[in-house]
Amino acid sequence: MKAKNKVINSIKMNFPSLSVNESAARAMVAAFSAQADPTTTELADIKCAVSEAVTNCIVHAYPDSIGEIYISVKILEGRKILIEIKDKGRGIEDIDLAKTPLYTGAPGEERSGMGFTVMESFMDEMKVRSRVEKGTTVLLLKRLTQRR
Amino acid sequence: MEKELYVFRYDEEKKRVNLRLVGEIDHHSAAILRHEIDEALMKKRPNLLYVDLSGVDFMDSSGLGLIMGRYSLMKKLGGETVVLNPSPRAKKILTLAGMEKVIRIEKREVKADESKK
Ligand SMILES: Nc1ncnc2c1ncn2[C@@H]1O[C@H](COP(=O)(O)OP(=O)(O)O)[C@@H](O)[C@H]1O
Ligand SMILES: [Mg+2]
Repeated sequence: MKAKNKVINSIKMNFPSLSVNESAARAMVAAFSAQADPTTTELADIKCAVSEAVTNCIVHAYPDSIGEIYISVKILEGRKILIEIKDKGRGIEDIDLAKTPLYTGAPGEERSGMGFTVMESFMDEMKVRSRVEKGTTVLLLKRLTQRR
Repeated sequence: MEKELYVFRYDEEKKRVNLRLVGEIDHHSAAILRHEIDEALMKKRPNLLYVDLSGVDFMDSSGLGLIMGRYSLMKKLGGETVVLNPSPRAKKILTLAGMEKVIRIEKREVKADESKK
């Protein structure tokens, strides 16, 4: 993801992987992103994608323990929002397989296997980096429409 | 602190349940919903389950998991499931997963007599 654009503003947050934090995390990212004057639809896209990535940290990265989740949001020149969601959890062995629609690595949990597909379809770019037993980083980029 | 997440109405005569989901459906709320809804469904054993999404203002793929799970339970109980009034966004998520081929999705009001207890 070419983040060559100048950073206009940025924020960082981290919190424990408690499921009750899912709504707070997406609301905080949305509140900060609102500075860049997105449309309601764009903001809802961002909220949904962040919710997916944060849920994955809670459910998959730290399945039997509570770990830390790190989020960074950057508003870039040219009306772009770059969001990084990172964990130091279990990691993903096969990223292409994980991204496959309807694939879930936790079949007992009533997961739909659509998280990455939702992130990809609601954002303009998605990049996943992961190392087994080290953790996972998901980068999400949203290009906002020009407003006048 | 605990907000109302759903309204569960059972029509004894028609053996129908109108389940109206309310507010935000994510992994956190879905876990609570699943538990309570299944308990009620197992007790009533309806022939038809309406899942009305008109009151949902946020839903991610965990909501999809919730709907798919209830559909499977209803199938086991020998009943049908119909999803009502998804927002365009919820509909997009349902469609991404190909759900419209499996579950009936309709846009309409449940008449008062259908949702009465
Ligand atoms: N942060 C993460 N850490 C470890 N594994 C992950 C992470 N995110 C995703 N995965 C793996 O990728 C799979 C697919 O994720 P997703 O598309 O969100 O579907 P779901 O969460 O419904 O299983 C997960 O089931 C899991 O095995
Ligand atoms: Mg997921």
